[in-house]
Amino acid sequence: MLAELGHFSLVLALFLAILLSVYPLWGAQHGQVQLMRAARPLAVGMFLFTAFAYLCLTQGFLDHDFSLAYVAHNSNSQLPWYYRITAVWGGHEGSFLLWVLIFSLWTVAVALFSRSIPLEILSRVLAILGLVGVGFYLYILLASNPFERLLPFYPVDGRDLNPLLQDFGMIIHPPMLYMGYVGFSVVFAFAIAALIAGRLDSTWARWSRPWTLAAWVFLTLGIALGSWWAYNELGWGGWWFWDPVENASFMPWLVGTALLHSLAVTEKRKVFKSWTVLLAIAAFSLSLLGTFLVRSGILVSVHSFASDPTRGLFILGLLVLVIGGSLLLYALRAPQLRSTGRYELLSRETMLIGNNILLSAATLVVLMGTLLPLVHKELGLGSISIGAPFFDQMFIYLVIPFVLLLAMGPISRWKHQPWPALRNQLLTAFSLSLACAALLHFGTDGASYMATLGILLSVWIVFSTVQEVRQRSDGKVARISQLTVSHWGMVMGHLGFAAMILGVAMVTSYSQERDVRMAAGETLNLNGYEFVFLGVEELQGPNYEGHVAKLDVLRKGKKISHLEAEKRFYPVQRSMMTEAAVDVGLTRDLYVALGEQLNNGDWALRIYVKPFVRWIWGGAILMALGGVLSICDKRYRMARLTQSDAPGTSPAGARA
Amino acid sequence: MNPRRKQRLIAVSTVVVVIGAAIGLMLYALGQNIDLFYTPSEIVQGKDGVKPRVGQRLRVGGLVVPGSVKRDENSLAVTFDLVDTGPIVQVSYQGILPDLFREGQGIVATGHLSAANQILAEEVLAKHDEEYMPPELAEAMKGIKHVKPQDANYN
Repeated sequence: MLAELGHFSLVLALFLAILLSVYPLWGAQHGQVQLMRAARPLAVGMFLFTAFAYLCLTQGFLDHDFSLAYVAHNSNSQLPWYYRITAVWGGHEGSFLLWVLIFSLWTVAVALFSRSIPLEILSRVLAILGLVGVGFYLYILLASNPFERLLPFYPVDGRDLNPLLQDFGMIIHPPMLYMGYVGFSVVFAFAIAALIAGRLDSTWARWSRPWTLAAWVFLTLGIALGSWWAYNELGWGGWWFWDPVENASFMPWLVGTALLHSLAVTEKRKVFKSWTVLLAIAAFSLSLLGTFLVRSGILVSVHSFASDPTRGLFILGLLVLVIGGSLLLYALRAPQLRSTGRYELLSRETMLIGNNILLSAATLVVLMGTLLPLVHKELGLGSISIGAPFFDQMFIYLVIPFVLLLAMGPISRWKHQPWPALRNQLLTAFSLSLACAALLHFGTDGASYMATLGILLSVWIVFSTVQEVRQRSDGKVARISQLTVSHWGMVMGHLGFAAMILGVAMVTSYSQERDVRMAAGETLNLNGYEFVFLGVEELQGPNYEGHVAKLDVLRKGKKISHLEAEKRFYPVQRSMMTEAAVDVGLTRDLYVALGEQLNNGDWALRIYVKPFVRWIWGGAILMALGGVLSICDKRYRMARLTQSDAPGTSPAGARA
Repeated sequence: MNPRRKQRLIAVSTVVVVIGAAIGLMLYALGQNIDLFYTPSEIVQGKDGVKPRVGQRLRVGGLVVPGSVKRDENSLAVTFDLVDTGPIVQVSYQGILPDLFREGQGIVATGHLSAANQILAEEVLAKHDEEYMPPELAEAMKGIKHVKPQDANYN
């Protein structure tokens, strides 16, 4: 009964989405305030009905309602309650329900937190979101209904949640990632609304910025969590595989990063307008493309858990409509987009457009590497795969000029930057970082050039960031506190990037990885750490059984850690899972995974020492924090205050 | 040429050169990193009449021949045979096999050809799925009657 209510409530949400996409847009085009005012309540209603549907499905999981096909496929009576709640997004239908829930949440957030925006603009934005919503709701109702029943014959017990998803990382990873993906639909809606109105000015850029930042922050955290999860759960100790599903989330991130920077230029200098609009369209389209690639199952990946080729067609159709429609609109309006500002070759504008070009190039590399095997196969040229070395190589080429621009951009002035001053600062920062890198390189035995390059780039970013803060505060400590919050956001974002480069360089160059065969009592020496294998014991979990290997780790004869690596067997799904044991450290991780038992009773073990691997995720967290700081900037709230104080600028939007 | 045009010319030609260099680098990197996929019979008999060279990087997908998995007594070295519809090839690998590696199971190995029918693998993948078969392999085996591993005669 509850499931039917949930289904019905989704249908109602669809109707509200249809109304939302028509009324406010009509009102905005014809200046009817009454219709425009309908936008907010409609958005709230859409959210409430979606949330109710979502709760109904969750209740189905909690009640073990195996007459629901989706519950029967993704749950089991032995599954602990917290995994029953997260199992709602463990399969295709449910994860899409989460997707629309998050979508309606963003819509409602736009409706509630955009008081400063004139009603006319806001209604257009909400209408575009409604239009996108119609596509999503139609998809879930027609192609992937999570409330389907298995009547009259339903199973006594469910098929259990995929064991790979029974992990803390997986509990929060998909919602974060979806917040990011779907968040770009808001930015997209702002861009399209501005195109329809024919008004792309710096206010538009200012309104879009906090939303872009929010979506970007979530996406950053989501990707980092996915990487952390893969590191712990897949048992290979890798943090990034250049796997199609990872690439699918990485592309919107790259474009989103470009968009952040280009929006800043558009807001402050009124240039790059058309470029910014294109990026906003691209970010959302790539999010949809990502969903399509993951959901359709046309790409084989370690991360894809819910795929169905027929549904892929629906998303592909949606993708074609979104890209085609928005590009058509763009083509019609583009001639009106005149950038008014002027700038010279050596200016911050140029550096930022350079950074945008490099980020777009990176996106293109990832897109090609992901789609080329597919195209190659469809053309009948045989099946190929493009391995990680391709991406690694391309990203090394790309990151060097990128860091150069990152070092120059913040210390340059808008419009015109005199070369001698820039040259002096660049030379200082570069020679200092070169000295640091060289010192470290020749101070370590068997130093790798790749690691030194990474250190050089990372330290360079740090020095130039310090230079920039000094320049902003005229070298006076007292003035540092006067810097804006969003300025600190930028600083933190860039430092996060530096930390990440350092982590990546260290872990790829200096990781010690050993697959070994060990009997109880044996010891392995790796990079100064002694791994003592104590033995393997039986293990019994709530819905799995398995083995646990116990190891002590010694350094200089002193015990520093005890590790227990598990190998689990989930009988319902008949699958094996590796739970790696990790001793976390700031400068190194000790990582042990249990392999299989060999003929004479020995065990296969995977033992890794991974230096600075935490810095990769730490860097991502720093970047996300930087984004949060930027959102908190007073400027966005000031705009609200000044607007609502000024009478007559926005008849209805400012009040309330 | 007036200075404005000159500046534009410089800007445009820089962009063209940069894009050209980028595409060149990309194609170069691609050419080195594409792994062609073969099935065991394609390795032995050739794919479209072309046999892979010894030393070439490739990916091979097939079913693990039951009874062919042999481990070294003192290390993690392992060898096993792969088959699809015709001749078999031997894969050697050093390291831990994936959780779902089993005899009769479909797997994909990436590595290079060390002899006409021998592959030295760097990576062995089996998916977390009971009925998983590499899509390329399923394609190659389309229309072939399924024979249970224990009934099959591989010699």
